[in-house]
Amino acid sequence: MLIMPGGYVPIDYLPVLIFMVIASAFGLGALLVGSIFRPRRPYPEKLMPYESGNPPVGEPRYRFSIKFYIIAMLFVVFDVETVFLYPWAVVFDKIGLYAFVEMMIFIAILLVGYVYAWKKEAFKWD
Amino acid sequence: MDHIVTDILEFIFLMWFAIFSAGTLDVLINIGIIILKIAAVVAVVMTHVAYATYFERKAIGHMQVRLGPMRVGPHGILQPIADFVKLFFKEDIIPAQADKPLFYIAPVIAVFAAMSSLAVIPFFNGFVIANLNIGLLFILAMSSIGAYGIIMAGWSSNSKYSFLGGLRSSAQVISYEIAMGLSLVGVVMMAGSLNLTDIVKAQQAYPLKMYIFPQFLGFFVFMVAAFAETNRTPFDLPEAESELVAGYFVEYSGMRFALFFAAEYIGMILMALLGAICYLGGWNGPFQIPYIPFAWLLVKVYCIVFLFYWVRATVPRYRYDQLMALGWKIMIPLTLLNIVITGVIKILT
Repeated sequence: MLIMPGGYVPIDYLPVLIFMVIASAFGLGALLVGSIFRPRRPYPEKLMPYESGNPPVGEPRYRFSIKFYIIAMLFVVFDVETVFLYPWAVVFDKIGLYAFVEMMIFIAILLVGYVYAWKKEAFKWD
Repeated sequence: MDHIVTDILEFIFLMWFAIFSAGTLDVLINIGIIILKIAAVVAVVMTHVAYATYFERKAIGHMQVRLGPMRVGPHGILQPIADFVKLFFKEDIIPAQADKPLFYIAPVIAVFAAMSSLAVIPFFNGFVIANLNIGLLFILAMSSIGAYGIIMAGWSSNSKYSFLGGLRSSAQVISYEIAMGLSLVGVVMMAGSLNLTDIVKAQQAYPLKMYIFPQFLGFFVFMVAAFAETNRTPFDLPEAESELVAGYFVEYSGMRFALFFAAEYIGMILMALLGAICYLGGWNGPFQIPYIPFAWLLVKVYCIVFLFYWVRATVPRYRYDQLMALGWKIMIPLTLLNIVITGVIKILT
């Protein structure tokens, strides 16, 4: 929780919050103002999903390749690695050789998994 | 879920409290200044986005021995305005079988994520809207949120082309996000900070006031990842027009399409800004240009933007398996190598 001894008020983030509000307002505003001026003449053919002019055949959301799941799982592993590397990189000057060796061991362990995924052809698309 | 809601409420309350304990008038003036700065940044960036499209069509036109847009105004200089007016007055077609709420919100998320990242970009010494100590991390987080816009658009359109485009695009964006995140670790190691202003200042001690020479490997991977992240040629498979028509935004028209288009170009300019700030020394240059503090940043950004166009006019599109193999088998090992080399050099010196 934020309100704790030693906690702080994130006042630096106020401009970010305001920017986010303005950015959303920009998107929503452009659509809302546009809706006053633009025509609206729908008919069934116009509202069909586009399929090169033919009537749509079958389900649009059919089964897709399992590879996408594998990529998503690998992404989680490597993204967490990146997240670990960032704080390490920030204080790298102060912590020196000891932490460098530690991080090399961490990357080496991860590389074992990486090589395993490679050998299992997780990166191969056919 | 409950935690998140209470945390957000507490954040807003604390913000409110901090603001109004400082004296209402001061606070309102400060908020007014922040809003003015944001308005200036948004106006400038949106103008550049509009003219980036014109610049692209002109540049690629001349590379293909065409003239590009010539009709609207002298040398087609008013073309972006004409495009905007046309898109603004176009009918907004929403497919009958679309998932309405997601379909409505997806382009807003895309433009929101691309634009919010601008909050931490330092345009010149002392001018940054939010001088966060986690600036770089914030940009990476926002580019991840941008992927939601793509996935939601692809899923909610209920069309085969959008669905395939959305799937491809999200897989591509998350794959190259790792390469991009890891390539920037080298910069963070050298600068010892995630704050973009600090990163620019740390580069002053290096040749040409740039990190590009010690970090050339990181810069190369960063640029490749930037092309993939922004779905641009040679990695524009999500919108491969010859097979998927336009990918995840096939079903979008009028202003909603314009928002996706704007988000893509803001993303491109953002990547150019990030590249210029992290590797090319930001607003610093070989000599001072008087009165225009952001001149060097502008020059560097336009060099990178031109590179985007040049590559588009030159390189054919990758195949999807080649794209994934390049990302996972070449770019990620290269960035890890870069981190190890940077670490060894830092330890030795």
